[in-house]
Amino acid sequence: MSEMMTGAEMVVRALQDQGVEHLFGYPGGAVLPIYDAIFQQDKVKHVLVRHEQGAVHAAEGYARSGAGKVGCVLVTSGPGATNAVTGLTDALLDSIPLVVITGQVPTHLIGSDAFQECDTVGITRSCTKHNYLVKSIKDLPRILHEAFYVAANGRPGPVVIDIPKDIQFATGAYSRPRDNQHKTYRPVVKGDLNKIKAAVELIAGARKPIFYTGGGVINSGPHASALLRELARLTGYPVTSTLMGLGAFPAADKQWLGMLGMHGTYEANLAMHDCDVMIAIGARFDDRITGRIDAFSPRSKKIHIDIDPSSINKNVKVDIGIVGDCAHVLEDMVRIWRETSPQVDKTALAAWWTQIEGWRGRKSLAYKPSETIIKPQYALERLHALTKDRDPFITTEVGQHQMWAAQYLHFQDPNRWMTSGGLGTMGYGLPAAIGVQMRHPKALVIDVAGEASILMNMQEMSTAVQYRLPVKIFILNNEYMGMVRQWQELLHGGRYSESYSQSLPDFVKLAEAYGGHGIRCDDPARLDDAIMEMIETPKPVIFDCIVAKEENCFPMIPSGKAHNEMILPDFEGDTGEIIDAKGKQLV
Amino acid sequence: MSKPATHYPNAPKSQPVARHTLAVIVDNEPGVLARIAGLFSGRGYNIESLTVSETEHEKHLSRITVVTSGTAHVIDQIKAHLDRLVPVHRVVDLTEHGEALERELALVKVVGKGEHRVEAMRLASAFGARTLDASLSSFVFELTGATEEIERFIKTMTAVGLTEVSRTGIAAMSRGPDSM
Repeated sequence: MSEMMTGAEMVVRALQDQGVEHLFGYPGGAVLPIYDAIFQQDKVKHVLVRHEQGAVHAAEGYARSGAGKVGCVLVTSGPGATNAVTGLTDALLDSIPLVVITGQVPTHLIGSDAFQECDTVGITRSCTKHNYLVKSIKDLPRILHEAFYVAANGRPGPVVIDIPKDIQFATGAYSRPRDNQHKTYRPVVKGDLNKIKAAVELIAGARKPIFYTGGGVINSGPHASALLRELARLTGYPVTSTLMGLGAFPAADKQWLGMLGMHGTYEANLAMHDCDVMIAIGARFDDRITGRIDAFSPRSKKIHIDIDPSSINKNVKVDIGIVGDCAHVLEDMVRIWRETSPQVDKTALAAWWTQIEGWRGRKSLAYKPSETIIKPQYALERLHALTKDRDPFITTEVGQHQMWAAQYLHFQDPNRWMTSGGLGTMGYGLPAAIGVQMRHPKALVIDVAGEASILMNMQEMSTAVQYRLPVKIFILNNEYMGMVRQWQELLHGGRYSESYSQSLPDFVKLAEAYGGHGIRCDDPARLDDAIMEMIETPKPVIFDCIVAKEENCFPMIPSGKAHNEMILPDFEGDTGEIIDAKGKQLV
Repeated sequence: MSKPATHYPNAPKSQPVARHTLAVIVDNEPGVLARIAGLFSGRGYNIESLTVSETEHEKHLSRITVVTSGTAHVIDQIKAHLDRLVPVHRVVDLTEHGEALERELALVKVVGKGEHRVEAMRLASAFGARTLDASLSSFVFELTGATEEIERFIKTMTAVGLTEVSRTGIAAMSRGPDSM
């Protein structure tokens, strides 16, 4: 049964039919008809952000903080669309399912450099999974539903639908398709059984194995995390994870080695370097993970499970590449393991664990405590201790605080950790926290921030206050763009070019000006009380935590170095001498 | 052979670069060519030749023939990246399936008088080119053939007054009964 309605009404109806409850957006001339349609219904709740970038990050946080939902955004043409580009790129690199609707000037004005016109599909072609310019009202219902299918299936990603204003006014027939599938796009989800069998055999025969898991396990849904835990229990093998994969495996488990990569733990990186069988699940061998590529885990056989065929053999050549969805492949793996119940080499495994415990004994996350100033690591340890029983959702900005958060906050479950991993977008955390809080109104949602990053999307405080979203912004304020400063120390002779945070606002007054609550703390002895005050305040809080200014984020694999060339926190030499000329050219 | 610059085993060795012809079947929708071309430029791959035309009108399908070059690893990446684009139906590496048939068409304008003019006419007929246009001082020839043949023709005609060339790029198809 089809119904006649306008294009704008179709947009809202399609969102309703897709079960969308929240839409993040900002109005403007080219989307007024859609805003009018939103006004006349109450199923889809619109959340007014203060900048379009914030809308996209909020939708990302919304989608990431649970399974099964696509984040939705509505922005106007021209600057509305260009402001969304950073968020789209962020979602593409972190594989977050989004549907972003942009207004466009009327069809007859396209190409005339009309007011607020830009080539949205041209600009967003390389930062979306797919995009559409709707040229006929007849195509609109199909495109709207197809977009949700494309965003959520296969490797998830952002989809843009650019709708000219005349199409929004035009009348056409709307019906919900029986399924929203794209007519030809069918990503492979089941892995090749022969390869899975070969992988199980290789895993069973390993003497020094490691599971290296990534964001794909989270994206695949809670079932994938459960299966990963089951496989880890069956095998008794150690597990490490990327920044994106934190929470898929519980940090409290004794098989957990902590995060790996540039700021990962000593035991995780050394185990990756020395292993004989590596099982990469939903991870993409990013340069932050591998370090020097020709020295990456040189003696291991590698198995790679990924839904995106182009991820396999992209950076690192693997021995068995399995294209498929993590949950599907892990399900087959666990089943085959149970059926064949292979005997693992217990002696070799015990020796491997002894070696790992030796590395763990190096305590790579240790730091020098202080009684007079708050060490950033200490601040996060206390934050973790005081919040862990409340099942908090954590978002972050980008920089040192982000890495410390990944190191010192320990995640037991998936979908509790939202951070900009691939693109490294400063300004991500606050809008993402708003999206998370919108989906989980009663939860404790904390944005771990730096004083520089937070200013990039500070305006979203207004959104938090307007919708009574009690997000907590925990700023580790060291008055520096900390990671930039650290790299300048390591690479550029300590010349801190433009990395000092001059003229910072008074964050306490700023919080109050927005209608939130501000807290400042610079005393380690008072920190616990201040954190409790933050948790118990039922409105948005900006916590200005004054921390040690020139603390470096360690351990660290310097650029151009291998996993076994990490610098540990007790490094005593000249930090300016660590990275050679070749390493300095890398990012 | 010089020692590799790393003390780790299995250091990557430089691999031979090969030329591959890929046939890509896509939905004929706006922007699909930009998507393909953008993939190559965005990821730093080469396009040596690219042709595109709708081949099945009812199904709105187009066939794109791309000639590219790279190591085996790069070619595999190109195919995987093409294949994951939403409007791409199929990617076939014609080079991988044995020597494919490859043809392109060239239009060649030659301007000259006297002896050059006679020689141009003689050479063109030796290559089997058709004469599409003639004036008192010029010819336009059409030649269809493999890339090397076209190259040879153009090089030869340079000596007798070649002034302009237009080439279609490569259309390719596998040999034998199998279709893609």
